[in-house]
Amino acid sequence: MNEQKVLLIGHGMVGQRFLEALTARDTGRRYRITVLGEEPRPAYDRVGLTRYFADRDAAALSLLPDGFLEEHGIELKLGTRAEHIDRQARTVRTDSGETLHYDKLVLATGSYPFVPPIDGNDRDHCFVYRTIEDLDAIIAGGEGARVGAVVGGGLLGLEAAKALHDLGLETHVVEFAPRLMAVQVDDAGGGLLRDKIQDLGVTVHTGTGTRAIVDGQDHRHRMDFGDDRHLETDLIVFSAGIRPQDTLARECGLSLGERGGVMIDDHCLTSDPDIYAIGEVALWDNRVFGLVAPGYQMAEAAAAHLDGDREAAFRGADMSTKLKLMGVDVASIGDAHGATPGARSTVFMDQAAGVYKKAVVSECGKKLLGAVLVGDAADYGTLLQLCLNDMDLPGDAAALVAPAAGEAPALGADALPDTAQICSCNNVSKGDLCAAIDAGCHSVGELKAETRASATCGGCAALVKQVLDTELEKRGVAVNNHVCEHFAHSRQELYHLVRVDGIRTFEELLARHGSGHGCDVCKPTVASILASCWNEHVLDPALAGLQDTNDYFMANMQRDGTYSVVPRVPGGEITPDKLIVIGEVARKYDLYTKITGGQRVDLFGARVDQLPAIWRELIDAGFESGHAYGKAMRTVKSCVGSTWCRYGVQDSVAMSIRLEERYRGLRGPHKIKMAVSGCTRECAEAQSKDVGVIATEKGWNLYVCGNGGMRPRHAELFAADLDDDQLIRAIDRFLMFYIRTADRLQRTAAWRENLEGGLDYLKAVILEDSLGLGEELDAQMAHIVETYQCEWRATLADPEKLKRFRHFVNDEGDDDLVYVREREQRRPAYPHERIPVLEDA
Amino acid sequence: MMNEQWRAVCRLDDIEPETGVGVRLPDHRQAALFRTRDDRLFALDNHDPFSHANVLARGLLGSLQGRRVVASPIYKQHFCLDTGQCLEDEGVRLSVYPVRVSQGQVELLVEPSP
Ligand code: SRM
Ligand SMILES: Cc1cc2nc3c(=O)[nH]c(=O)nc-3n(C[C@H](O)[C@H](O)[C@H](O)COP(=O)(O)OP(=O)(O)OC[C@H]3O[C@@H](n4cnc5c(N)ncnc54)[C@H](O)[C@@H]3O)c2cc1C
Ligand code: SF4
Ligand code: FES
Repeated sequence: MNEQKVLLIGHGMVGQRFLEALTARDTGRRYRITVLGEEPRPAYDRVGLTRYFADRDAAALSLLPDGFLEEHGIELKLGTRAEHIDRQARTVRTDSGETLHYDKLVLATGSYPFVPPIDGNDRDHCFVYRTIEDLDAIIAGGEGARVGAVVGGGLLGLEAAKALHDLGLETHVVEFAPRLMAVQVDDAGGGLLRDKIQDLGVTVHTGTGTRAIVDGQDHRHRMDFGDDRHLETDLIVFSAGIRPQDTLARECGLSLGERGGVMIDDHCLTSDPDIYAIGEVALWDNRVFGLVAPGYQMAEAAAAHLDGDREAAFRGADMSTKLKLMGVDVASIGDAHGATPGARSTVFMDQAAGVYKKAVVSECGKKLLGAVLVGDAADYGTLLQLCLNDMDLPGDAAALVAPAAGEAPALGADALPDTAQICSCNNVSKGDLCAAIDAGCHSVGELKAETRASATCGGCAALVKQVLDTELEKRGVAVNNHVCEHFAHSRQELYHLVRVDGIRTFEELLARHGSGHGCDVCKPTVASILASCWNEHVLDPALAGLQDTNDYFMANMQRDGTYSVVPRVPGGEITPDKLIVIGEVARKYDLYTKITGGQRVDLFGARVDQLPAIWRELIDAGFESGHAYGKAMRTVKSCVGSTWCRYGVQDSVAMSIRLEERYRGLRGPHKIKMAVSGCTRECAEAQSKDVGVIATEKGWNLYVCGNGGMRPRHAELFAADLDDDQLIRAIDRFLMFYIRTADRLQRTAAWRENLEGGLDYLKAVILEDSLGLGEELDAQMAHIVETYQCEWRATLADPEKLKRFRHFVNDEGDDDLVYVREREQRRPAYPHERIPVLEDA
Repeated sequence: MMNEQWRAVCRLDDIEPETGVGVRLPDHRQAALFRTRDDRLFALDNHDPFSHANVLARGLLGSLQGRRVVASPIYKQHFCLDTGQCLEDEGVRLSVYPVRVSQGQVELLVEPSP
């Protein structure tokens, strides 16, 4: 079989997509694929580049699936630049001097940042913003810098400004045009955006051109702005637009556009029938597309055409965008500037609330042509669909942008045709989603894995969820988030009702907001909410009947109906004397003893009626309840840290004890685990915890929303170099906000994944107090900390509560338990090992 | 039926409303005795046929689609308090024991050993 040699130049986002599209078709291994990539690493998610500032984790951005190259026999030459194309000979020469032959050549060389021709633009500490290496250089340049300036107030410029701001620099944006995001947004929207960004502490200079960059007096540079104005800064990032990386094509004589870009037809073929161009380097219908979605569509079209599908075509792409810039929602759809003849606009603006919305409607008033949203982009999905699918407006045009006086324009996902494109980044239609749902995907996560919908920019996530919900409903799969049949409310709503109405008992809540008698789902849920709010003893008469057996007996039920006992060992630090006490208690009651995964000791096999005596001995020796039984804060794992370890930079044990003692007893929607490591070697595995803390030279880095368990997830860096008090305050607020908004039995990881606005939103709420909730959350946590009591100590002091600890109301003990000894300890017998007492009876 | 007899097992206020207690019966049998919030009493086997542990007295009480139920604390199956029927498995049904209160004493109607 004759193999075709396919050579791809450029291993960026679009190049990688091309490889995936071609290999998916190439089941018979008809192509031998070689890839040249100039960057030192395989394709990565450039769209998500800014994340690198937060986690410095290049691997996390990678787009190359493990084993992909091997599986498809692809040869990838990294750090290798194509230097010359010989179209006659059909060869490409690389900078390492190698000459490679091709049958088909694909150019996916992307674009390069445009640096305006300003004197001094090549000084040290002048950067661009496109690759991981650029970011590394900016980070290094940020050392010792206090002020940073970004030249360019477009989409990328604002993203770069946010990055500088996050690096702790006093940040300026210098834009030549009279408004920010000139391409996407109109004057009024740009003005509002400017206000919002200034509010965040970034100074915006619009209508400002830079003439020259010279030595500064107090800072590294001085930017001269023509008139007498100037700005001193320590570093400069140019983000003044991009230009197609078309040098190779130009030199080998392919047709280019007037202002650059390799001309392609609908099949992404260049003027040479053996050469394709895709992504940002390509010029289609005299346009280049500076977004990833059109590039992906070109990749698919080119792969299909190369593989013999003559129908496949790229027919232009929608340039609508939705972004969250520095916490400000900005979106632009279709004809945002109303350039279509006869187009009419409806504008809504609320300066106080910082919201600007504009809808551009066709002359006949029936179709939406475009829109601009600043400050509130919640309607992006709906409006985009109206526009893309050329649908008739559901009502008056004004209703599209006016705040929901009655109902928002009700365009259910239901109204969309199957062909409607839901995710433009990955070209996923509603029909694709429905097919995946039929094939068994019943959650957003599954849909994402199956179809890629919402896997790139995430702008379509809300709509994907909407489609999922309506489709599941149609298929009769229950999707309401009601806790159970007794409450037509979600956990979050119940939490809110309890707080607002000051409700302290289940009966009261049931009477006011529920029906029936309750059940084993709503009772523990409400018990947990009441505990999170008021922190009263779990066995108080009004609460006891709500508790799951674990909370009721303050111990974990085992498979034979006996319980386990887990005393708290804060931070895993324990004295020999206390260890001996645990050993003695275990020996006395013949309890199976095991070191847990949470750095403490679990004692198994206690009968209900033995629990009080066991706990009395433990409490007398200074132990307290470990809450292993509750949906509560479990353990704060520690590493030995600077107390002994030669690498430790902070006292991680002291901090984990402090955290464990602060949050002990705190009940939440699910269990909460924490850990503190003394240095970046991370021996405490903090990044697998709901709250993880890692010591730095300057303080503590805080990570949140990690999880081990059935679906492991690494925690994400939330804030860096905090001092002790800042750390505790951030954790206080984080935990209370989680407790307030999470679903029943939702760990922080799942909560985070479903949180609209993602980590940025969470940071805004917790670190910048964007919702103004800070003091309330602080006060709520302070109440929990102040009212902490060891539940076992309180129980032992209350004869009424103790009465419940018996197996029989009319007798002692329980004679129906059978044990087997194994490895010198006892365990419950399995059914086949039991003497058949019951059957005899 | 002649052999059945009412057997006093505890006082009513030995049972917290909306909870259950375990009751020892003759011949290694155990019952789970429940008192609901509206002061109705129910008794079933204490033995959970799914986990083989004697724990149903420690299950949570509630209602599902109009039926009063107790949920097993181990694997969470629901049993109807009136009939002993398991809602998740048609083939499983627990024994139920009639209950009454007489002069503050709770009594179960139990047949002595078969
Ligand atoms: C005892 C212990 C295992 C051991 O022998 O080491 C344990 C035992 C149980 N785990 Fe665990 N887990 C124990 C550490 C862990 C860990 C490791 C850790 O914490 O470092 C994990 C993974 C980390 C994590 O949670 O992110 C872990 C992930 C789970 C999960 C899955 C949670 C998830 O989000 O996916 C469950 C199920 C659940 O909670 O729904 C679970 C549930 C349970 C339950 C409660 C199951 C049950 O309902 O009976 C077990 C009862 C404990 C008992 O009877 O005392 N256990 N469990 C560990 C007690 C730690 C402690 O000192 O408190
Ligand atoms: C910070 C940032 C944020 C962005 N945000 C968004 C967003 O929110 N939404 C969106 O749609 N788009 C966004 N983009 C744009 C998006 O990243 C690009 O549209 C996309 O990466 C284009 O893919 P590409 O493969 O064409 O180019 P690239 O990803 O740039 O890949 C081209 C590759 O070719 C290599 N190359 C070039 N010349 C040669 C040669 N001669 N030999 C070998 N290799 C060569 C380059 O080194 C590069 O690795 C953003 C871009 C940046 C920088
Ligand atoms: S994380 Fe660092 S300080 Fe802690 S034990 Fe490991 S190496 Fe030592
Ligand atoms: S539209 Fe970007 S991920 Fe779906």
